[in-house]
Amino acid sequence: MSDARQQRMLLTGNHAVAWAARLARPKVVPGYPITPQTPILEKLTEFHASGELDAELITPESEHSVMAACIPASLTGVRVFTATASQGLLLMHELLHYASGARAPIVMANVNRTPASPWGFWPDQTDSVAQRDTGWIQFYSESAQESLDTVIQAFRVAEAVLVPTMVNHDAFYVSHAVEPVEVPHQDVVDGFLPAYSPPHRIDPQNPESWGNVVTQEMYNRHRRDLGEALARVPEVALQADREWGALTGRSWGIVERYRCEGAATVIVTMGSMCGTVRDAVDALRQSGHAAGLLKIRLFRPLPVEALRAALVGVPDVVVLDRNYSPGHGGVLHQELRAALYGIDKAPRIHGLLAGVGGMNVSAERIADLVRETVVGAPRAESVWVK
Amino acid sequence: MNVPSPAMLSAKNFKSDTKPIWCPGCGDYAVLTSLTRALASLGRPPEEVAMISGIGCSSRIPAYMNCYGFHGVHGRALPLATGLKVARPDLTVIAAGGDGDGYSIGGNHFMHACRRNVDLTYIVMDNHVYGMTKGQSSPTTEPDWDNALTPGGTGVRPFQPLVVALASGANFVARAFSGDIVGTADIMTQAIKSPGFSLVEVLSPCVTFRPEQREWKDLVRPSPVPATDDPARAARRLMTDDGFNIGVLYTGQRQPYRPKGSETEKSLDALCQEFVI
Repeated sequence: MSDARQQRMLLTGNHAVAWAARLARPKVVPGYPITPQTPILEKLTEFHASGELDAELITPESEHSVMAACIPASLTGVRVFTATASQGLLLMHELLHYASGARAPIVMANVNRTPASPWGFWPDQTDSVAQRDTGWIQFYSESAQESLDTVIQAFRVAEAVLVPTMVNHDAFYVSHAVEPVEVPHQDVVDGFLPAYSPPHRIDPQNPESWGNVVTQEMYNRHRRDLGEALARVPEVALQADREWGALTGRSWGIVERYRCEGAATVIVTMGSMCGTVRDAVDALRQSGHAAGLLKIRLFRPLPVEALRAALVGVPDVVVLDRNYSPGHGGVLHQELRAALYGIDKAPRIHGLLAGVGGMNVSAERIADLVRETVVGAPRAESVWVK
Repeated sequence: MNVPSPAMLSAKNFKSDTKPIWCPGCGDYAVLTSLTRALASLGRPPEEVAMISGIGCSSRIPAYMNCYGFHGVHGRALPLATGLKVARPDLTVIAAGGDGDGYSIGGNHFMHACRRNVDLTYIVMDNHVYGMTKGQSSPTTEPDWDNALTPGGTGVRPFQPLVVALASGANFVARAFSGDIVGTADIMTQAIKSPGFSLVEVLSPCVTFRPEQREWKDLVRPSPVPATDDPARAARRLMTDDGFNIGVLYTGQRQPYRPKGSETEKSLDALCQEFVI
C-alpha cells in the first residue's frame, strides 16, 4: 500500500536497513566496513552528510572497537545502531556478551556471510547462529521490506526489555537485491518508537557504574534477570508487530505459517530461503503433497510455544539449515528437536544441510528433497544435500 | 616442480600460476615482482620461505607466490608470522598486507611485533585507503580525503607507521615505492637479510579509489642521506620527512628475539655435563 504515510522506493536490502535506522533516529552510529554490509553504513553516512540524520558517526579501527563504542554510548541513554557481517560479528563476540550483560539495547544489522577459513563472501547463517548464546535477541528477514520493518521493530523490542537486538539478512540474496519497499514517513515511526528513556543511564548528575566485579550470588541473579527479560520477548515482539501492522498494513509475526493447514509435511527454515520454500510448497501442493512452510523470524529467544503450537500433530517436519555446526550438524535442526522433544503428537524431525556455503537450492530441488526425505525415518544427524 | 639450485633461482620460481585479480594499474603487481626478485637474489629455495598475510587487496599476495602461504584473518598477519617463526626459526618468514590490515584492525599487533623484534620482514603495501571494501579512509589517509563513509574526510591525523615502528623497537625501517621495481627489490633484500623485525613500507598506489596517487611517481625521491643506526637521528628524519623519501632509513643493533628453546638446544652439551657424576 502506498499512501500518505509511506512512500514506495526501489531499495536493496542494505539500503532498506539504512532507511530503517535513519527513521529510528539513532544518536550514535559506530561502524567498520565489511563486505557485504558496507552499503548500510555508506547510506547512513549519506543521510548524515545531507543533514537528514542527526547522529554521531564514528569509524573505529575494528569491529571489536565498534561494539566497544556502542555499549557505553547506549548506556548514556541514546539510541545506538551499527551494522556488520561475518568476521566482523565474530570479532565482536566478546563484547556481544558484554552488551547483553550491560543491558544496552543496541540494534545491529548483520549480513549473513560465510565465516573463514576458507574465505568466501557467500550467504550462510553460521556467523549469527554461532552468537545464539550471547544474550542478544535475533531476528531473520527474507526481504528488503521485512528488513526495514524489522529494524524499526527491533528498537521497540530491545528498549522494552533492555536487551540488544540483531537483525539478520542473507548476503546478496537480500543485502544487494533491489525490491520495491514501502518506506514509512518519519511521523509514523516517531509514533511507533517512543523517545528512549532507560531507568538507568550514565549520567554525571547521578553517578552509577556498570560491569563491576560481583559475588557469585549477584552474578547468578543477574543472569536470571537477563533470562527473564528474554522470556518476555515473544510477547513484546508480537505486540510491537501488531501495532506496526495497524500503522503500515504489514506485520510478520514471530513465526509465519504458510499453507500449513492440514499439512503432512512442514518445512522449517529462516532467512532468504523462505521465499524459495514458498514456491516449493506451492509445487508440492500442486502435486498432491500437503506441504507447508514454517518461517522462523524470531530465533532468539526461540519462540518454543509458538513452534509447538504450529507443529504439534504434523507428521513430518523437514528443517533446512543454511548454517553448519561442525560435530553436530544444522543449528536449526538441533533447536527444533529440543523445542519439540517430549510433546504429545511430536512430529518426526528431519534435518537437511541445504545451502551451506551459499549453495543455491532451487524450489524444484527443495520439493524433491522433501519427497525423498519424508519416506524414510528421521536420521539422528543432519544430512548434507545439494 | 623442478626447482633449480639456489644460485639459479629466478623471480619466476617464486610466482604461482594463479593470476592476480588486482585492478589494472594497481601498485601491488610491481610489489609482487620486486618481492619475487628479492627472494630469488637471496637464493632461498621456495620451500624455505613462508608468506603470511591478513585481509585486504594486498593480502591476496600469498596466493600469487610459489612458497608456503597463509591467507590469515583481518589484522592478524603479524601474530601468525610470529607463531610460525618461533616454531620454525629456519624459515624465511615474510608478513604482508595493507595499511588497513596492518595499522587499523591490526595496529596493536604492529606495535608489539616491533617490540618483540622477531626476525621477520613486514611488507606493508600502503595506498592510504581501504580498497577491498571499495574506498574508505584508512589510518594513513589524509584527514581531508572525501569518501562515502567519511564525507569531507575523517579530520583525524594520519598514523605514522615508520615513527611508531622506530619508537616500538623495529630493527630495520625502510620506505619503498612500488613503481621502482629494482629499488624496492633491493630494499626488500636488505630487509630480509637484516636480523630482527624489518618494516618495509611500500607506497603502492590504488588507481581505482585513489587515482591521484598516480602522481606519486613524480613525488618520490631517493632519501638524501644514507641509513642511520642512531634512533634519535632516525626519529628526527622520520618526524620531519614528507612521506616521499625512499630508501632504508634506519638500521638498528637490537638483538632479535630468540625462542628460549633454541638456547636450550645449543647448551645441551653443557647441560649433560651438569649430570656427570
